[in-house]
Amino acid sequence: MNNMKVTVSGELKEYDDGITLLELVERENVETPEYVTASVNDDLLGYHEFEKTVLQDGDVIEFLYFMGGGSI
Amino acid sequence: MAFTNEQIERYSRHIILKEVGVKGQKKLLDSSVLIIGAGGLGAPAAMYLAAAGVGTIGIADADEVDLSNLQRQIIHATKDLGKAKVISAKETMEAMNPDVNVNTYRTFVSADNIMELIKDYDFIIDGTDNFPAKFLINDACVMAKKPFSHAGIIRFQGQLMTYVPGEGPCYRCIFKEPPPKDAVPTCKQAGVIGAMGGVIGSLQAMEAIKYILGVGKLLTGSLLTYDALSMEFRKIKLPEKVKDCPVCGDEPTIHQLIDYEQAECDGAL
Repeated sequence: MNNMKVTVSGELKEYDDGITLLELVERENVETPEYVTASVNDDLLGYHEFEKTVLQDGDVIEFLYFMGGGSI
Repeated sequence: MAFTNEQIERYSRHIILKEVGVKGQKKLLDSSVLIIGAGGLGAPAAMYLAAAGVGTIGIADADEVDLSNLQRQIIHATKDLGKAKVISAKETMEAMNPDVNVNTYRTFVSADNIMELIKDYDFIIDGTDNFPAKFLINDACVMAKKPFSHAGIIRFQGQLMTYVPGEGPCYRCIFKEPPPKDAVPTCKQAGVIGAMGGVIGSLQAMEAIKYILGVGKLLTGSLLTYDALSMEFRKIKLPEKVKDCPVCGDEPTIHQLIDYEQAECDGAL
């Protein structure tokens, strides 16, 4: 299996070719992935789209987390 | 209206800035900002806006000052325990700067009152701690074409984004709907380092001030994230437009404000 390079949260990383966004989320230990939005290049993807999203060499991935906080 | 000698001295460090000057300071004095939530984010935001001479500041919160607030909500003091947060906040702001006119709204925001609350303000600051309020503020600001600053803080992390109508995505472009109750930890459950509110709430005040002055580049089209432990600020670029956004997209499906079920956060803003 060949490796490809993707940028995850600003860091260049090597992963197997053909890895899906869902697999990446598991490998990256993303907390509460069901409620995370992923930005892949210029697309925003919800959790239901992670499994069908096959990553390509050079992809830039960011994870966007819900963050409450403030008052109380 | 000409400045008094006292005003020239009070705002001298602003007036000397080429981006502000007398004209910019006048803009600030003539402007109005509504802060929703007088807590960890709202406290520093309100104090910097008051000190800056934002002429009209609205503050909305239904809660009273609790001892567990004081580790981060620096607009309130120990003497204020049990007092309505909006009153305590107003007293602090007025003591800081008599030029500021503070309007208090002792209420939680809801689909019934938010349009009325935001309508007279130039800029809105979301300092709330719960997702139903954050989605409500987003949707109302999109519908009323009002700019606002979103922020969230938890543990040692914070995030920030500015929405300006027609200039980038809204909160719902990123997150389609609120997470289910207790799916994502709240500050009460997970904790938050007090100074985080100071960092992120001050950045919200900075965005409001830049918007009013019309200077620099706002945090539209990007989400700023701050991790205090790794001491990293990251500006994550977002798509310029999300065509299928249910509220600001090409064919919006949300036309009415929604009161989502409140997460269990003391029922507080």
